[in-house]
Amino acid sequence: MSLTFTLASRNLFHDRLRFVATLVGIMFSVVLVMVQMGLFLGFGHMVTMMIDHASGDVWVVPKGAKSFEDPSLLDLKLRNRVAGVAGVANVIPVVIGFSDWRLDSGEVTPVFIVGLDLHDGGLHPWNVVEGDVQALGQGPNVAVDRSYFERLGVDGVGGTAEIRGRRVKVVAITDGIRSFTTTPYIFVDVKNARTYTGTPPDRASDLLVRLDPGTDRDKAIEAIKAQVGDAEVLSASQFRKRSRDFWLFGTGAGAALFAGALLGVIVGTVIVAQTLYSSTKDHLSEFATLRAMGSSNGYIYNVIIYQALLNAVIGFAFAAAIGAVVVQMTAKSALPIVITPWLVAGLLALTILMCVISAIGAIFRVVRIDPATVFMA
Amino acid sequence: MSDCIIEAKSVTRKLGSGAREVQALRGIDLSLSRGELTLLMGPSGSGKTTLLLVLGCMLTPTSGTVTVCGTSTTNLDKEALAKLRRDHIGFVFQSYHLFPTLTAAQNVQLALDIRGDHGGAAVKRSREALAMVGLGSKIRSLPNALSGGEQQRVAIARAIVANPSVVLADEPTAALDGENGRTIMRTLADIAHQRERAVLVVTHDPRVIPFADRIIHIEDGLLVDQPAGEVERLRLPKAAG
Repeated sequence: MSLTFTLASRNLFHDRLRFVATLVGIMFSVVLVMVQMGLFLGFGHMVTMMIDHASGDVWVVPKGAKSFEDPSLLDLKLRNRVAGVAGVANVIPVVIGFSDWRLDSGEVTPVFIVGLDLHDGGLHPWNVVEGDVQALGQGPNVAVDRSYFERLGVDGVGGTAEIRGRRVKVVAITDGIRSFTTTPYIFVDVKNARTYTGTPPDRASDLLVRLDPGTDRDKAIEAIKAQVGDAEVLSASQFRKRSRDFWLFGTGAGAALFAGALLGVIVGTVIVAQTLYSSTKDHLSEFATLRAMGSSNGYIYNVIIYQALLNAVIGFAFAAAIGAVVVQMTAKSALPIVITPWLVAGLLALTILMCVISAIGAIFRVVRIDPATVFMA
Repeated sequence: MSDCIIEAKSVTRKLGSGAREVQALRGIDLSLSRGELTLLMGPSGSGKTTLLLVLGCMLTPTSGTVTVCGTSTTNLDKEALAKLRRDHIGFVFQSYHLFPTLTAAQNVQLALDIRGDHGGAAVKRSREALAMVGLGSKIRSLPNALSGGEQQRVAIARAIVANPSVVLADEPTAALDGENGRTIMRTLADIAHQRERAVLVVTHDPRVIPFADRIIHIEDGLLVDQPAGEVERLRLPKAAG
């Protein structure tokens, strides 16, 4: 093995204080980028959570609907027209909207109603940990997530409250269905949802369409479009993308997260560049000696690049460990940080790139070395 | 094979520019041959180091030519000059310039490493070179655990490990006491005589004169004539020692 790696590692470890400072800088940078990107992924996941869990192929939404939470309404007559399209197995109206939840204590908190059709399915609560979802159709019953118990003033199945002045009872509890808007989701039967959201009987928020197995989805979408006039017809992935684009980029939230990540990259690059440059300056006489002995510039660049890579790999390893702790700590929070294997791989590549780019300043310094300086006693 | 390894013809070299321009070398004709230890002596500012740098392919002449093992340095770029050094020249510096974080063996091995010579054979050659300079037991020592004389012997091992045709040494005994200085010069003389290398030692140190096969004096950028018979006279103490 070439001594370049040995020389690089000895150069790094020789000045431990500077090495630790470099690692802290890289860790800070990588953790910042990781958290920002993890928030971005987590946020992106949360804003499409309802679409992800809906068992439909196609969504019919009001024209210009920006997301699942868009309060615009459709004419329910469209349901029959869509149902008549070849290849359509089922058309399920979805009724959603904001409402008021009055606790037994009298306190009022806003909630987001999600109406579901127990017979046709389509959008059911998931991760049910207590109670029975079927009971939603047996009266003014609701399903809530246990992370909102305190907010909603209930502590499990049997808890009661009022929605728009009507008494409701908790019959099912879910785990992990949290809203990125901080407004709790409340699952109810679609009929009750109309009452709680003030949606007229001849209207629906969206239509969720299931296709027969083997149906060409694109052709079906075109056929449905011909039946729904101004309403829009989107595949699940299109609706997911539209929701994500709206919440992440339409609101500026995504831009803010990216700006934070960019800041992390800049800070990391500057820190690594500064420390590599100063390390190179400290070892200039050694590099000049190498040059005097006849080493190529490439040999010296390798030493510097190895230093950068060592910084990157060691700094990233610590940052990844911190990231894993952060993921655990936020798993049950309102906005969990999501770190995927792809994000980890991308961050490692970014860290390496950042450190290698940081080496450019040091390399420019080395290029100017005059080997004759080693003859100056 | 020609005995002449480095040949300088009518070499001039200017340093600085404008009002600060200095004519450091004023027309040097010189050749270094195999099996010969040559001393380059002269007062401070006489052009010794500039001549060493020109012969060592770190500076190119302003005019005239320098040929190293048949290759002219004229018009060569920095990388080509580095390659010429790498292929043919070993250096010994006044301040040793060892790498403080590498062991003695690794310091020597570095001279092979920059030539792309890695692996077990390089390790073996490095150890042999250290043994040759009497430091076979110090291969794992870091430079700061070695005396000045030992560090300079490591530097000599580094200079010769790749079997260069010529060794250029800049004041190799300046920082050493008499005994260590003699050991270093004895080693350099052995390299010249037993390994058939050309060795040029730039020095102020009169203690090294007995080890010389030839002494060149330089003053104001010009080589000055050596009185006939002086070298032989100066070498007498070496024979006695």
